Amino acid sequence: MRIIRNGAICEDRFVHVADGVALPETGDVIVSLDRYRELRAALQKRAGQVGVRLRSDQEATLVAPYLAELALVAIEFPGFKDGCGYSTARLLRERFGFRGEVRAVGDVMRDQLFYMQRCGFNAFELKAGKNIEDALNAFKEYSVTYQGAADEPRPLFRRR
Amino acid sequence: MYQYDEEDQRIVEERAQQFRGQVDRRFSGEIAEVEFKPLRLQNGIYMQLHAYMLRVAIPYGTLSSQQLRKLAHIARVYDKSYGHFTTRQNLQYNWPKLDDLPKILAELATVQMHAIQTSGNCVRNVTSDHFAGVARDELEDPRPWAELIRQWSTFHPEFAALPRKFKIAVSSTPDTDRTAVRFHDVGVRLVENAAGKRGFEVLVGGGMGRTPQIAEVIGKFVERQDLLSYLEAVLRVYNLHGRRDNIYKARIKILVSALGVEEFRALVEAEWEQIKGGPLQLTPAEIARVQAHFAAPAYQQLTAADAVLAGLKLGKNRELGRFVQNNTTPHKQPGYVAVTISLKEKGTPPGDLSDYQMDRVADLAERYGFGELRVTHTQNLVLPDVQVSQLPALHAELVELGLGTANANKVTDLIACPGLDYCALANARSIPVAMELMARFEDIDYQNDLGELSLKISGCINACGHHHVGNIGILGIDKQGQEFYQLALGGSPGHDASIAEVVGRAFPRSEIVGAVEKVLSRYLTLRASPEETFLDVVRQKGLGPFQEVLYPATQRQEAVHADH
Repeated sequence: MRIIRNGAICEDRFVHVADGVALPETGDVIVSLDRYRELRAALQKRAGQVGVRLRSDQEATLVAPYLAELALVAIEFPGFKDGCGYSTARLLRERFGFRGEVRAVGDVMRDQLFYMQRCGFNAFELKAGKNIEDALNAFKEYSVTYQGAADEPRPLFRRR
Repeated sequence: MYQYDEEDQRIVEERAQQFRGQVDRRFSGEIAEVEFKPLRLQNGIYMQLHAYMLRVAIPYGTLSSQQLRKLAHIARVYDKSYGHFTTRQNLQYNWPKLDDLPKILAELATVQMHAIQTSGNCVRNVTSDHFAGVARDELEDPRPWAELIRQWSTFHPEFAALPRKFKIAVSSTPDTDRTAVRFHDVGVRLVENAAGKRGFEVLVGGGMGRTPQIAEVIGKFVERQDLLSYLEAVLRVYNLHGRRDNIYKARIKILVSALGVEEFRALVEAEWEQIKGGPLQLTPAEIARVQAHFAAPAYQQLTAADAVLAGLKLGKNRELGRFVQNNTTPHKQPGYVAVTISLKEKGTPPGDLSDYQMDRVADLAERYGFGELRVTHTQNLVLPDVQVSQLPALHAELVELGLGTANANKVTDLIACPGLDYCALANARSIPVAMELMARFEDIDYQNDLGELSLKISGCINACGHHHVGNIGILGIDKQGQEFYQLALGGSPGHDASIAEVVGRAFPRSEIVGAVEKVLSRYLTLRASPEETFLDVVRQKGLGPFQEVLYPATQRQEAVHADH
């Protein structure tokens, strides 16, 4: 699957592994937080990188103890009116200092990408059927922002 | 007032371009209506009963004459030659075409205006006191703080999809309140502590709608430089913990009630502890920069004109006398008053103004002031800086425009939502009821006899017409396809906040105006003196004496347990 990562379109190395489905022998996987807790030791020994997927109601603090072991945290947007994930991403970056990939998954569309990027997402699985090339334009829609956020800690009044 | 710099300007221009793209993608079918809806909603665009509606932000109700002329131009070119001022100090157009909306946003951007976040589940247009900067009873002008909040909340990336809409009001008057600060998701009150230091009391969880609630204090004294970090902590707690499973349980007031104010405060304090003193801390330079935009205009040094005012009130020209009596407000600067232009003239829907009137009022704002106007949450306009000596001339010009109605804060200075004439949510019409009430109680001497009295009408439970906080509140309901109206008494949006109580069984459309009349007559017989306001009497005597005149004895017992 093609995703957006760091402002460019690329082929995704990670595979989402649903709960109850066997892990592939090798390769990079994304599992739920429950699954990660259950298989933590085995996942660490396994070849391949690991990411954890958070539901929108799972807060950053829940995954915080494992961040050093994770290449990626994926945050679900069950509907694009559910904006919990924006706060979660900011906390991962700004409070817990996570430097790995923070990926938006679920109902992710072009018009949220600018906000998501500001909150610390650097990877995006666009909703199926949406034009991924066109979505890249979203990052350029605003050249000025008032707030500090994960991408720029200083609010405009400290940059003016 | 605040003037955009290059960066503020770029944001509104880029918004207009972005929305053009979104509309193009909608027309090309690339995005479906269901996907487009949240995008247009973040831009103040609703789909109403008959057409799209555009809500233009008027931040904290401050407007320049140039901006008002632009609003007139838009009404003329893109709409049906009028606009509607709302209870949140905004302006609505009821008939724009989707294809024109990007053009309208571009036009607005040329005068430093926009429709950003005037709807949708985000931080809405911040409101404030319509007499800010000129009122004698304020600590200081609250608008610089409102502007700082506006900038912080504009396109805030973290709070673009909150559980529900979020409204903030800023007030700065210690002993009164003209902003309904206790009925907002967050109310910010500028206060002075015992040491004489200025800061903010922060209230949370107020609101109207189907669960009316008076806000509670969570921050007793937040220092000035910490205002934005404190608000960010409140919003973050709400964004993470507010309910998203039920639209009717999603406002912050429900979260505050569910957790209890103590626990909510503890969550906010814990979050605030993490970000307080960080980059969001306001700098003295930034506070000073924004305050400088609101510096007092070049007033003439005049002598106090209290005697002149008293003379005008009692003068031979009774029309002028009543206008001066009712529609002027004391001013900080000697020799000046603030003048309320009532948009409740008989025969016109409350809050409506034609393009012609807008242009002429813009002229008046320049000739009788410094080119600035205010929009009130009671759907009127204010000329904030009028010389007392010019009142007769101004009044004559207003009368000529059909805007000389001398009913400010009186019973026909009512507020009403658009109701079923426009709104897709409404259960009943509000405007015809409002217009009938305005016609029935037109006599200003009768209104003056009644004294200060607020009447507020909503066409559905969402309470856009603030019926919960009317001294008299009217709520339109639908009973088997018929319009009925519930009557409630004793509400107040102000310092003495209270929620109106329903008197009993709802009245059919044909009887509601008569019912209000009975209530008013009863008040006149109940009061001990004209100094006892309607609200005083309702609070002292309760609903009983009013139920006596509204319902026959046989129905009264029933009425107490009425259908809510």
